[in-house]
Amino acid sequence: MPMVLAGVALAGVALAGCGNGSGSNAASGGSTSPAGALSGTVTVFAAASLTGSFGTLGKQFEAAHPGVTVKFNFAASSALAESISQGAPADVFASASTKSMDSAVESGDASDPTTFAKNVMEIAVPPANPGAVNGLSDLTRSGLKIALCQPQVPCGTTALEVFDNAKITVKPVTLGADVKAVLTAVQLGEVDAGVVYRTDVQAAGAKVKGIEIPAGQNASTSYPIATLTSAPNAAAARAFVDYVLSADGTKVLTEAGFANP
Amino acid sequence: MTGPRGPDRLSSELRQARRAATPWPLAAPAVLAVAFLLLPLAGLLVRAPWRSLGSLVGDPLVREALRLSLLSASLATALSLLVGVPLAWVLARTRLPGRPLLRALVTLPLVLPPVVGGVALLLALGRRGIVGQYLDAWFGITIPFTTTAVVLAETFVAMPFLVITVEGALRAADVRYEEASASLGASRWTTFRRVTLPLVAPSVTAGAVLCWARALGEFGATITFAGNFPGTTQTMPIAVYIALETDPDAAIALSLVLLVVSITILTALRDRIVRSGPVG
Amino acid sequence: MTGDGDPASGALQAWVVARQGAFELDVAVTAVPGEVLAVLGPNGAGKSTLLRTLAGLVPLADGQVRLSDRVLDDVPAGIRTAPEHRGIGLVFQDYLLFPHLTALDNVAYGLRARGVRRTAARQSARRWLDRVGLAGHASSRPRQLSGGEAQRVALARALVLRPHLLLLDEPLAALDAGTRLSLRTDLRRHLTSYGGPAIVVTHDAVEAMVLADRLMVLEHGRIVQEGAPAEVARHPRTDYVASLVGVNLYRGTARDGRVALDGGGTLVAAEHATTGPVYVALRPSAVALHRQPPTPGSPRNTWTGTVSGLEAVGDRVRVAVTGSPPAFADITPAAAADLGLVAADQVWMTVKASELVVYPITGDGGDDEGAAEPDHGRPTT
Repeated sequence: MPMVLAGVALAGVALAGCGNGSGSNAASGGSTSPAGALSGTVTVFAAASLTGSFGTLGKQFEAAHPGVTVKFNFAASSALAESISQGAPADVFASASTKSMDSAVESGDASDPTTFAKNVMEIAVPPANPGAVNGLSDLTRSGLKIALCQPQVPCGTTALEVFDNAKITVKPVTLGADVKAVLTAVQLGEVDAGVVYRTDVQAAGAKVKGIEIPAGQNASTSYPIATLTSAPNAAAARAFVDYVLSADGTKVLTEAGFANP
Repeated sequence: MTGPRGPDRLSSELRQARRAATPWPLAAPAVLAVAFLLLPLAGLLVRAPWRSLGSLVGDPLVREALRLSLLSASLATALSLLVGVPLAWVLARTRLPGRPLLRALVTLPLVLPPVVGGVALLLALGRRGIVGQYLDAWFGITIPFTTTAVVLAETFVAMPFLVITVEGALRAADVRYEEASASLGASRWTTFRRVTLPLVAPSVTAGAVLCWARALGEFGATITFAGNFPGTTQTMPIAVYIALETDPDAAIALSLVLLVVSITILTALRDRIVRSGPVG
Repeated sequence: MTGDGDPASGALQAWVVARQGAFELDVAVTAVPGEVLAVLGPNGAGKSTLLRTLAGLVPLADGQVRLSDRVLDDVPAGIRTAPEHRGIGLVFQDYLLFPHLTALDNVAYGLRARGVRRTAARQSARRWLDRVGLAGHASSRPRQLSGGEAQRVALARALVLRPHLLLLDEPLAALDAGTRLSLRTDLRRHLTSYGGPAIVVTHDAVEAMVLADRLMVLEHGRIVQEGAPAEVARHPRTDYVASLVGVNLYRGTARDGRVALDGGGTLVAAEHATTGPVYVALRPSAVALHRQPPTPGSPRNTWTGTVSGLEAVGDRVRVAVTGSPPAFADITPAAAADLGLVAADQVWMTVKASELVVYPITGDGGDDEGAAEPDHGRPTT
């Protein structure tokens, strides 16, 4: 009897796994019908800093193409690139750094990337500005608690570029795994300042106060987007990328604070 | 009735005899369970970058993370013992009215996702936390992003294991030994020190080992409450997570290092903790 | 607790009322220094509860406990003394030696708890281990000791502290028959040399007879009989006591030497003075059995009955006979074989009038009036 139960349990696990698989590997459910209408799910891996803007783009895309569902996975670009190379099922990859996209192209997972936006850095402080931070040079003050992205992710690399341009050294108390972690630390008031993307400051609204970095010292990061070679829903993937690059897409991105490429 | 020597010897012989014959409805699922647990380990071992392992282990950053992990886990266990054992005693031996509530509170960190635990710790002890704000304003003490925060986060998630183990042992212990101790003139504190505690020592050790192991592997609460900075707050699990994003080989190597260190320490203590069973 | 010499020679005077669920214990106990009081009773009578209340392990619902002119408990006055401050020694049925300590450290435990330095404590402990004949077992762990040895260590552990009162809860019950006999003699010796009052709880009548100067029988939380062992044995007042000492007990009304038994039947006794409600005690060995109706002879009592069972008791065969009245008769195995008795056989019993012990049912507990408080602890009949 216990063997029977074990067998049932195993079968259940296997079926559950199959169930998930068939959802994202909907090879049959992701083709264009003779009329040209799209259907199925589009899985988009996008950098954390694209959370707000791509969320909006996703909804607009779904409104324009009923029958299509857009699913997002927001995380640090380097982590996403790693997942993709490990075989995570995705249709589109939008990265916050050319480096992450290059590695995806190199491994043959992505092809024909196009840069669709640029992002510059900005200093974020809690609304009350407890650390009295007014510019880059304030970040070097001792006793100040700063949060930065860890150097391996795009926002961390770009921040280091900024410090390089300004010829300063900044000692953080914590290195966030992605830009959202840094922003959370600032919002909670646990740190006096963090260096994040301008789009993040904008998206946070009243929860943080932004301090601009002079253009001469600022650094930017380019955002490439590409369809993945083994995309389960290639047609819808192509359509989504086109939408992002379209005028509608650019409008949403600009409103979020991105610069044109 | 034979003296205390007889039944002990007899029962251990019986136990050995029974161990030889495991019915297959039990053996087969057991083998399955072992396979399930060994498979990921086998994956790690097979894909490990054996050639670069040496240089990775020598990397000062890795040594820092390892040192920090071992130190914080041990401190967290020590803290758990210091406050957890008395709590277990209160739960098991007193008749306080709020005991069921207290017991539910103890199990809270077990059901709370560790990240949520980390957020909760921030809300309590962070710079604007309900207690933390006074620590900051009056004493200039901030806890997040320090090694102290690591120890506190690990204690938060790991202490329940100790408390539950020790409380169970205390409930099962024979109170009559404590009555005998009282009749011999020992105060309640002396009775606890010289009779109660020694009699549950094996369970306390087992609970402490569980606690240590859990603290060592803690990630979510640590990274949320203590953050991530090499040398101060970057424990091994966090280092593995970070490495996984850019260099999976390094992540595997780090995982192996943590695994080997943990297994070595746990095996060394195993003889002490397995020596449980009825005392006298 | 005095340092050297005898423990402070003080008596125990207690009236305890304790409640546990539906059970209520209401007993008055006194014991003078040097006296050994045995408490007997069936299971659930409250014997262990009595000891535990005296030891302070169970709270009193009402009453007072005084030991050596010290008030340990006084419920109306709100006085309660914790077990560790009472100066009372306890010896348990299961010994309860601390498993993680050696025999020596077990005996030294109480002294060390009191702040005596380890060397001095161990010296005293060693002396006592010697006294109980276990000098060579000082470094043994309790699980290495036999039952008898463990119990002696437990005794030493309690006595080394010179307690004002010694309580023993069925000290020999967990031992096998042989060990029990030898330890009983040892225990008698130690109790004699112990200067304070001692209370031994037991369910073994012989043990009580051997160890005790006075008996107290409890049933359902009340004292039903008290007195010197011989007196209690001769004049049992409840069925339990009667079965304990192995005596046939009847109740009836006496008039002019004839007793009309409550359960049916009449017995003729030699004694004519006692009148009114009486107990009649008859030793089984005084009952003669006949296969045929006996020819009239000197025994004044003759009646018939049916054999309901036989069992070996010691070197006799005890025959249970139903009738008016029913009786146990002890006969030799040879006689049993000769008569060829089996269950359902009809037999005749004869008993001489002089064998019957008749004594009044008045509510007094025999010769000794144990209670200090006359209103409490009265035996209920």
